[in-house]
Amino acid sequence: MNVTPEVIAAHNLTDEEYERIRSLLGREPNLVELGIFSVMWSEHCSYKSSRVHLKRLPTAGERVIVPPGENAGVVDVGDGWCAAFKIESHNHPSFIEPFQGAATGVGGILRDVFTMGARPVAAMNSLRFGRLDHPEYGRRNRALFAGVVAGIAHYGNCFGVATVGGEVFFDDVYNFNPLVNAFALGLVRRDQIFFARASGIGNPVLYVGAKTGRDGIHGATMASAEFDEEALSKRPTVQVGDPFLEKLLLEACLEAMRSGAVAGIQDMGAAGLTSSSCEMAARAGTGIELDLDLVPQREQGMNAYEIMLSESQERMLLVAHKGREREVIDIFRKWELDAVVIGRVTDTKRLVVRHHGEVVADIPVTALTDDAPRYQRPLRPPAGRDEDRMARAQESFAETATRAEGAQSIEEVIRSEEAAGIDYNEALEKLLASPNIASKEWVFEQYDHMVRTNTVVLPGADAAVIRIKETRRALAMSLDGNGRLCAADPREGAKLVVAEAARNVVCVGARPIAITNCLNFASPERPEVMWSFSEVIDGMAEACRELRTPVVSGNVSFYNETEGRGIWPTPVVGMVGLIEDVRRVIQPGFKKAGEIIALLGETRDDLALSEYAATVLKIDTQRLVQQGHVPKIDWERERAVQETVLRAAEEGLLRAAHDCAEGGLAIALAEMCFSSLNREAIGAEIDLGGTLQTAARLFAETPSRIVVSFDEAVLGRMEEIAAELRCPLTMIGRVGGQLLRISVDGQEVIARDVRELEKIWRSAIKDAMRMETLVGAAE
Amino acid sequence: MKFGVIVFPGSNCDHDAYHVVSKHVGQPVDFIWHRETDLSAYDAIIIPGGFSYGDYLRAGALARFSPVMQSVRKFAAHGRFVLGICNGFQILCEAGLLPGALMRNRDLHFICRHVHVRVENSDTPFTHMLKQGAVLRLPIAHAEGNYFCDDATLDELEREGRIIFRYCDERGRLTDTSNPNGSRASIAGICNRGRNVLGMMPHPERACEDLLGSSDGSAIFNSLATTIAKMAES
Repeated sequence: MNVTPEVIAAHNLTDEEYERIRSLLGREPNLVELGIFSVMWSEHCSYKSSRVHLKRLPTAGERVIVPPGENAGVVDVGDGWCAAFKIESHNHPSFIEPFQGAATGVGGILRDVFTMGARPVAAMNSLRFGRLDHPEYGRRNRALFAGVVAGIAHYGNCFGVATVGGEVFFDDVYNFNPLVNAFALGLVRRDQIFFARASGIGNPVLYVGAKTGRDGIHGATMASAEFDEEALSKRPTVQVGDPFLEKLLLEACLEAMRSGAVAGIQDMGAAGLTSSSCEMAARAGTGIELDLDLVPQREQGMNAYEIMLSESQERMLLVAHKGREREVIDIFRKWELDAVVIGRVTDTKRLVVRHHGEVVADIPVTALTDDAPRYQRPLRPPAGRDEDRMARAQESFAETATRAEGAQSIEEVIRSEEAAGIDYNEALEKLLASPNIASKEWVFEQYDHMVRTNTVVLPGADAAVIRIKETRRALAMSLDGNGRLCAADPREGAKLVVAEAARNVVCVGARPIAITNCLNFASPERPEVMWSFSEVIDGMAEACRELRTPVVSGNVSFYNETEGRGIWPTPVVGMVGLIEDVRRVIQPGFKKAGEIIALLGETRDDLALSEYAATVLKIDTQRLVQQGHVPKIDWERERAVQETVLRAAEEGLLRAAHDCAEGGLAIALAEMCFSSLNREAIGAEIDLGGTLQTAARLFAETPSRIVVSFDEAVLGRMEEIAAELRCPLTMIGRVGGQLLRISVDGQEVIARDVRELEKIWRSAIKDAMRMETLVGAAE
Repeated sequence: MKFGVIVFPGSNCDHDAYHVVSKHVGQPVDFIWHRETDLSAYDAIIIPGGFSYGDYLRAGALARFSPVMQSVRKFAAHGRFVLGICNGFQILCEAGLLPGALMRNRDLHFICRHVHVRVENSDTPFTHMLKQGAVLRLPIAHAEGNYFCDDATLDELEREGRIIFRYCDERGRLTDTSNPNGSRASIAGICNRGRNVLGMMPHPERACEDLLGSSDGSAIFNSLATTIAKMAES
């Protein structure tokens, strides 16, 4: 095949990009080289649209050992231990083939972690789908949801990593673009961290793991384009995962690393052999020569193009110290895996590929990496958006009403609905039954979340907690995103997402230390998408500085768009926190009658983007994000609330702590009443004062709030801590009885048996999914 | 006294069993690679949970042919102790050391959660420190734990007191909802005729510390250790 304009276009390269390739090579590329350039310059591998913005994120901190740029970020967690972690998207493959798409997403992120030398100890995932009861797409959404969860379970359970939670959210904006973001965290001794560098001229380059097939060729390119109606015809670009093989690869890699024979190692993920070889060479400032005849293949007659671009799973590229390749090969043989020397490290700074004795590609390494295009793509706020919409929030409702073509503002709609009469008991029950709030146990019970016996806080709490067996320490982790807030105001929304993630790990008694991020967006070629991306980066950067949680790893997923319909800007944050003494862990459930219940922080009138507005008032969520005002975060307040909980936890004062998030205070209280392991459900009696409307007091989603409970004996000390840290502390009630009773200024608005509420909350997703069987596994 | 934990390439609860024996039971323990055949140094063998050889065909279907399992058969025939947990139970059934089979769970999903099990027979080397009828809280984590056997076998198991654990509710009652996977007669664990081979789907090694939510599993390991110690004395 010749390199024609059609061939160039089929490789997703623009004319300008092709010209750039010609000038970097000083000649026309052949087809193999064109394929190599096209994957390395794809959005997925090159970050060509995002890189100029990502630079604005803070990445340094006293605990940061490995900042972004390696397979995973690494932070120091004390006593000689480090945590390696990262999150990555597998959105596109999961829409095409949910079971394998999600499974291989888990496989990829696990490899990213263990190539650092870390044994994966926890996995989480952040999932977004269209509504399960959508009249037209509900069936498909349920099938996608079931398939993705089964795929994650299949891979993680067999591999033997505890999948300890995450988040699941449903909105129709994800009907055609579900989001599947997989997170993994591993532990490594500080002096045993490995890097993805092809160092040491003359060192042998080994191919280890599964054989190469024709699967997944151009997967990275697929993930760098929007979908059209032919999306399903792309199924052959999705790979099939083999978690058993990955388990073998893990054990063999860790054993090889311990032997001292390994100089550097990288996962063959997106763009397979191509990206692993040139990225390892680029990081070390070296070159690599490969002989494709030596690559283990499971199909016959594969050409150089196919071998270089295959995305077959469970493979690694490993650089051994000269003369020690035999040791590496023997270790892999013990685990019944291929390990073959396929090339060597050179000083030419070129990637030279031979096949059947001929040079089939010869490219300067930097042309594929550092010299890849960088785009400062045009930015433009969406039409109709005010420059200072936040200021607008403070203006009179009359004025906002005239703006929206005479229609009522969201705030007015919410008030008039309430004036017409709301049954708050019914509202509470509707919210508990909303899949966005309901228990996610249908999901996490399919994941082995206890393997390796480190899971101290099980899924379902604000954050999961994994102890470090050799120490007294433990790590808390939480995944959070909020497309609604980020669609309404990407900058403020991103701040709130980071703050909530931090608050979640604080609620189990952990100090937030660092984040990883997965930035899910629509097409970067649309200026309003690029604008929202830039805004999200600025908001996230501010939040990370304010909370002193640098970004140590991450991933950008663009083109989450189908037939012109894009997703909301959906940055997902994976927050990791440190607990110095695992015995100080706090959980969200009330413990016994008589405990005092207090609210840290203050409730404001933040209903405009709430689950209450969406689920109880049934206001279209697209309208909410177009018109609703995003709460503005006050960093001093946020820090005061977090610090109060941490201080109280360190002193052992707290019985329970729980973040107020979707559904607001009433939902947080109900969840704290529900039963958990070794603890029966218990009621609470609450009285909420203030001046807000009842719905706002119950269901507003004001940030910077945590509900805590403690024994009466420590009330004085709690008040002292809160006063010292300038954190508002309001006693709102006591634990006891079988009912959740909530009064507003002395008048009871909610009174329900907590066991009945719990039943609604626990069964909502199970009931919705009852008819779905294991889609993927059954196939 | 020495314990051995078998390591198939796909075992993933091997470290957990090892940890419990060494840290909580306080006894010497080795990992035993699946290609090993000499088990003479051991008093008890634990076959841990996991996915032995990937288990894509059927859980434990390949493991029964492994070199180490040929030795485990002889080891068991000599009356020495074998504890199979989860995948270990599946392998013991496939290997014919225990009767019956473990089928796909009733609702077809993998299930991971704490369940209650009732001690049906405390007169075994594995359960003598427990009370008959006691209710334990233990985690399960499996997709194929739905125990099945024919009527004659069930009758035999019942008659010979070889049903060791049954799924129950928190008060020890056997109900449909307390049976998580559809197991016949709510069976969670059985032993062989010689009472030296126990297979169980719940994970006692995950329930040996209050920090993890339950320490009900430790009595099983401690029962076994004291049995071995007494045998050594006599």
